Amino acid sequence: MASEYKLELRGVSKSFPGVKALDNVQLAVRPGTVHALMGENGAGKSTLMKCLFGIYKMDAGEIYIDGEKTTIENPDDAMKKGIAMVHQELQPVLARSVGENMFLGRFPVKKFGPIQMIDHKTMYEETGKWLKEVGMDFDPKAQLDTLSIGQMQSVEIAKAVSHDAKVIIFDEPTSSLSDKEVEALFKIMEGLRAKGVAMIYISHKMDEIKRIADDITVMRDGTYIGTWPAKDMSIDDIIAKMVGRELTNIYPEKDRTPGEVIMEVKGISSIHEKSFQDISFNLRKGEILGFGGLVGAQRTELMEGLFGIRNLSAGTITIHGKNVTIKSPRDAMNAGIGMITEDRRGNGIFGCLSIKDNVGVSVYNKFLTAGFVLDHKKINKVVEDSIDKLSIKTPNMQQHIANLSGGNQQKVIVSRWLANDPDILIMDEPTRGIDVGAKHEIYEIMTDLAKQGKAIIMISSEMAELLGMSDRLYVMCNGKLRGEITEESDMTQEKVMSYATQF
Amino acid sequence: MVKTKQQKAIDFLINNGVIIVMFILVIYTGITNDRFLTANNLFNILMNMSSRLVIALGIAGCVITAGCDLSAGRMIGFAACIAGTLLQKIDYSGKFFEGMQPLNIFVALLVVLAITGAFGAITGFFIAFLHVPPFIATLAMMEIVYGLALIYTGATPLGGYTTEYTNIATGKFLGISYLIWIAIIVAAITWFIFNMTRHGKYMYAIGGNPQAAEVAGVPVRLTMVLIYMKAAMMYGLAGFMLGAKAGGASVNLGLGYEMEAIAACTIGGVSVTGGRGKVSSAIIGVAVFELLKAALQYLGVDANAQYIFIGLVIFVAISLDIRKYVAKK
Repeated sequence: MASEYKLELRGVSKSFPGVKALDNVQLAVRPGTVHALMGENGAGKSTLMKCLFGIYKMDAGEIYIDGEKTTIENPDDAMKKGIAMVHQELQPVLARSVGENMFLGRFPVKKFGPIQMIDHKTMYEETGKWLKEVGMDFDPKAQLDTLSIGQMQSVEIAKAVSHDAKVIIFDEPTSSLSDKEVEALFKIMEGLRAKGVAMIYISHKMDEIKRIADDITVMRDGTYIGTWPAKDMSIDDIIAKMVGRELTNIYPEKDRTPGEVIMEVKGISSIHEKSFQDISFNLRKGEILGFGGLVGAQRTELMEGLFGIRNLSAGTITIHGKNVTIKSPRDAMNAGIGMITEDRRGNGIFGCLSIKDNVGVSVYNKFLTAGFVLDHKKINKVVEDSIDKLSIKTPNMQQHIANLSGGNQQKVIVSRWLANDPDILIMDEPTRGIDVGAKHEIYEIMTDLAKQGKAIIMISSEMAELLGMSDRLYVMCNGKLRGEITEESDMTQEKVMSYATQF
Repeated sequence: MVKTKQQKAIDFLINNGVIIVMFILVIYTGITNDRFLTANNLFNILMNMSSRLVIALGIAGCVITAGCDLSAGRMIGFAACIAGTLLQKIDYSGKFFEGMQPLNIFVALLVVLAITGAFGAITGFFIAFLHVPPFIATLAMMEIVYGLALIYTGATPLGGYTTEYTNIATGKFLGISYLIWIAIIVAAITWFIFNMTRHGKYMYAIGGNPQAAEVAGVPVRLTMVLIYMKAAMMYGLAGFMLGAKAGGASVNLGLGYEMEAIAACTIGGVSVTGGRGKVSSAIIGVAVFELLKAALQYLGVDANAQYIFIGLVIFVAISLDIRKYVAKK
């Protein structure tokens, strides 16, 4: 029986110990369309996709492809049935070539009697062909780690297309792409649409959804909320469905007056020529200073340089009027700087340690008795206070941080730095990967800190956040500072973009 | 989803599988052989455990930081030889340093600890500052230390120790051998370091996520050097203890002990992927190992076949342990 839908999921439920992640969820995707799957973090989008792709086993539910009921046992099975997934976190084999990554697990072989040999020629030719198919033309023999993240993603997509996938799942594909790369991705998606491929698109970026999606399905707390044609939904409508309440302005009032200059940076440069060069700026007490720019503008590298994670080749840093030398994060901390890094899992949290240990790690020096014995009572107090103050949702402080949601993990990291009490706090993409509700809480915390006189540097790639939170803005492009925006009236997307694209 | 009582019971059995099997084996051996569960034999097992525990506690620090230490066994041999040469009776015919007064045992111990500690610090330096993987760095140190021990002793076995030295193994306090007391004290100190000092917390942090530790201001390099230095000093102490117990030493003393210590740690629950492990893990692991060895011996299992059993126990124990941490899908 022919169906209107390429793919249908019906009544999908899935439980993990202690949580019902999916409760009777449905999804129906038409061929030749982009179907946006929306919801806050923890709404169950990724879980649903992992069930579809055979990574998780669903407790209940049915899968239909072209109207025919089927089951999917594992990712291999899913690919055989024409479903491919471009993962949120790419899992390529970095040290091998593009071609080898494309054909991993299904290398073309030549036979010499009983001996099977990898047919490299065919492999690279085929790879080149598929790359062209998705509009890319880099060397199939290039080692994967020489590519940008966007290019790696194209490889994933080409791989999906080469599998002759009829359904492609994109799980937050643009979270680490530059605007240019996003454009390239959208072009590929247009091409796939014309070929009749059904695409499921997960993203938090509203403007992208409005641009690319044909249909929108919204999930909330593991349940199905509804499906609508994208053209009938405004961004506010979508957000309202996602959070289940009307959201008014999510950025707190900027009713603060920054004080005197606390840090003066003059002419600092990275030891790498292609990274940040000759950067000078200042930071005031009680202000939130935004750093805008495209991905790859070297903002993170600059901040890591300030924090002693990267080496500087030139320049001076003055804090409270005194020259400081920062060669390690420890030096930076002694100079009164704290840093919340962009890559929370990579260099933020200690997944296998408790909340307490995650907060305590930076402040043990302050909680010693007899000079070397940890004062657990005092540490517990500090941790308890911050769980309270930042309303971190956890049964207790012994809980492993890995069990918390992204937003709560971020709050734990914020607690770590609050306990450390720095004058200057660098926050690199402070709300990346956390849901709307938790985002708002982080904004409140930042505003509170600024009011207490802390100086905050915020890197953000979300334009609305950058404009909504900053008292003042610097925009970087290609390792250089391209502009400063001081007036509220000048804080527009156009202005930022014009600086950000001065290559 | 609430777990049923039955599921909880199964989880308990699996999570503590090795210990339960151990108990059964010990009770079974006790029933079939009335010499096994005697105070005398149990003290013997404790005596064997004592030096093994000291080694395991040292190596645990390395394993918690996702490393290992292959030099432990050779360090033990070297330490035992150094201690032996310093503590021979003055009138012993094959004396190493002819005519030298035997040192005070505490002074000798300090010399041993200083030497092994220095070598451990060198290993740590290569690991922390020059980014040599622990597996390779400790492999290199293993070779170096063995060579030094061979040159130092001329490969001749040592004996004729002073009674002060051998008294460490034979002497008792409150009816318990000094060796066991030493192990208890080392365990207590290690517990204190792991839980009550910055160093311990930093160790767990580095094991959990070295990049995050760096960003959080943890002195990663210094901590790593200290971990390997501390571990080497513990091997030194263990070598000192083993020498006293055997009443002699040769360069091959301690051969392979590093592997058993790493295995014991992991059986007890120290995670080789880093960040997890307690003092109790090392104690449990060493106890399982030594009880297994003793029980197999009392059950009359062929000495050579015992290796097979030990290997099987490692397989099963680690599979069960890993099961706790691998996310269920």
